[in-house]
Amino acid sequence: MKKILSSPLTMLGIFLVTVLFLIAIFAPIIAPNDPLEIDISQKLLPPSMDNWFGTDEVGRDIFSRIVYGSRISLKIGLLVVLIAFPVGTVLGAIAGFAGGIVDQVIMRITDIFISFPGIILAMSIAAALGPSIENVLLALAITWWPWYTRIVRSSVLQIKNAEFVESARAVGMNPLIILFKEVLPNAIAPASIQASLDLGFVILAAAGLSFIGLGAQPPSPEWGAMLASSREILRDSWWAATFPGLAILWTVLGFNLLGDGLRDIMDPKNR
Amino acid sequence: MFNTFDIVKGDLGTSNFTHQEVSKDLKEFFPATLELTLVSMVVTILIGIPFGIISASKKDKIADQFTRVFALIGVAMPAFWLGIILLLLFYLKLDLLPGAGRIDSTLSPPKTITGLYTIDALLTGNWIVLKSSIEHLVLPAFTQAAVTIGMITRMTRSSMLEVLGSDYIRTAYAKGGTENRVLYGHALRNGMMPVLTLLGMTFGHSLGGSVLVETVFSWPGVGKYAVNAITYLDFPSVMGVTTLIAVLFIVVNLVIDVLYVVIDPRLKYE
Repeated sequence: MKKILSSPLTMLGIFLVTVLFLIAIFAPIIAPNDPLEIDISQKLLPPSMDNWFGTDEVGRDIFSRIVYGSRISLKIGLLVVLIAFPVGTVLGAIAGFAGGIVDQVIMRITDIFISFPGIILAMSIAAALGPSIENVLLALAITWWPWYTRIVRSSVLQIKNAEFVESARAVGMNPLIILFKEVLPNAIAPASIQASLDLGFVILAAAGLSFIGLGAQPPSPEWGAMLASSREILRDSWWAATFPGLAILWTVLGFNLLGDGLRDIMDPKNR
Repeated sequence: MFNTFDIVKGDLGTSNFTHQEVSKDLKEFFPATLELTLVSMVVTILIGIPFGIISASKKDKIADQFTRVFALIGVAMPAFWLGIILLLLFYLKLDLLPGAGRIDSTLSPPKTITGLYTIDALLTGNWIVLKSSIEHLVLPAFTQAAVTIGMITRMTRSSMLEVLGSDYIRTAYAKGGTENRVLYGHALRNGMMPVLTLLGMTFGHSLGGSVLVETVFSWPGVGKYAVNAITYLDFPSVMGVTTLIAVLFIVVNLVIDVLYVVIDPRLKYE
């Protein structure tokens, strides 16, 4: 706890992430307008007291859209990690613990996934499934699990011959129980730090996919989709392009700082 | 969709949209992506590595703090957003740099030798096209590099810090080595190994990121080709781009593995 307080960057990360969650939870109270309400007479207004971040090409309040957009982004980030993390962890634990042919098979499958740059793989999966937010979610989960498998496998390899595991074996415990009760709880820390870093990167990737038209579709207030439509009106409104990007930056930076801070606390070697 | 044997023969099928062979399409669009990726990698190396070295040698001083924050923001920033903001600033507001494409639309491309406009213009002595193509490269290349600069800076810093803490560096100082001599003569080469690995990964990252950056700058490369293909549900083309990028990614990482031995002869495989 003392270490958290002594690191200003970690504190900043906690602040950014907390504010983000609060905004997402209390969106209906915070947002002054309906994020989807169109009012042509109010179109392309620059930022003012009434519309803090200005209005877009059909008169929607950009601040309200960004506030509601936080819900979409957090939902994607959390769900992708909640799917990819357990799947990757269990497979990595089995690979590391079982060794031999099981290990070979699982790790060669992860190699296949890892040999593509993430966004390209996610892009082709999302394209094959059809453009929608659920498919982006699925595509990102499929892209992300192998990384957890690798991390967990290497942690399991490090401790599977530790004395407490040996003694559990000696008393004749079921190998599956040894793996999930004794080994895994001690091997999961590095992967969970990675998961907190990944929350930010998943959100960034999802925004990128929406930006090229694969994820959230208009009029959804998803940040990447908002950036995509801001390109058409770039000449007339700098605000429509600026604020959704700042929201993404805020989010990714928050989760990165938080993850870095957690790593520093748990692994003193990295300092 | 297509079978493995066809791919091995270089047959990626026919595009549903351009009605050309996908391999022919890729040959047409790939040089633009290669040029952009290479330039952005050069920018990454020229900025990222020195920043990392400065940051490590001045640990916890102002320069270090500044560089670390800069690198953090670089990594967290959506590249496509940075591209839009740079366009807004340097093209629409200040009108200093061009906004789209590889050269001015009034010019015709240089004679194809390598497919890289800058090199071809240089080889044919076409200075107007050379100037135009460089101007068109500035914004996309910097946008593409922003993220990778952050990654390389952070890796260089932590790797150099580890090396600088080792015994032989202390010995080098004890022998009266100046800071520059120790830093560049002793530490740099050993500190570069993890950076080299990451450079391979960044190359893949840049190729992947080209999808977004090329969309922002209407850059006629495979990234934009892929995005168009997706819009028209042209799957042979999407798969073609994916295959091309995966193969390149593997080749580059193989080259990097070979480079290890050049940098660190101790690793020579028996």
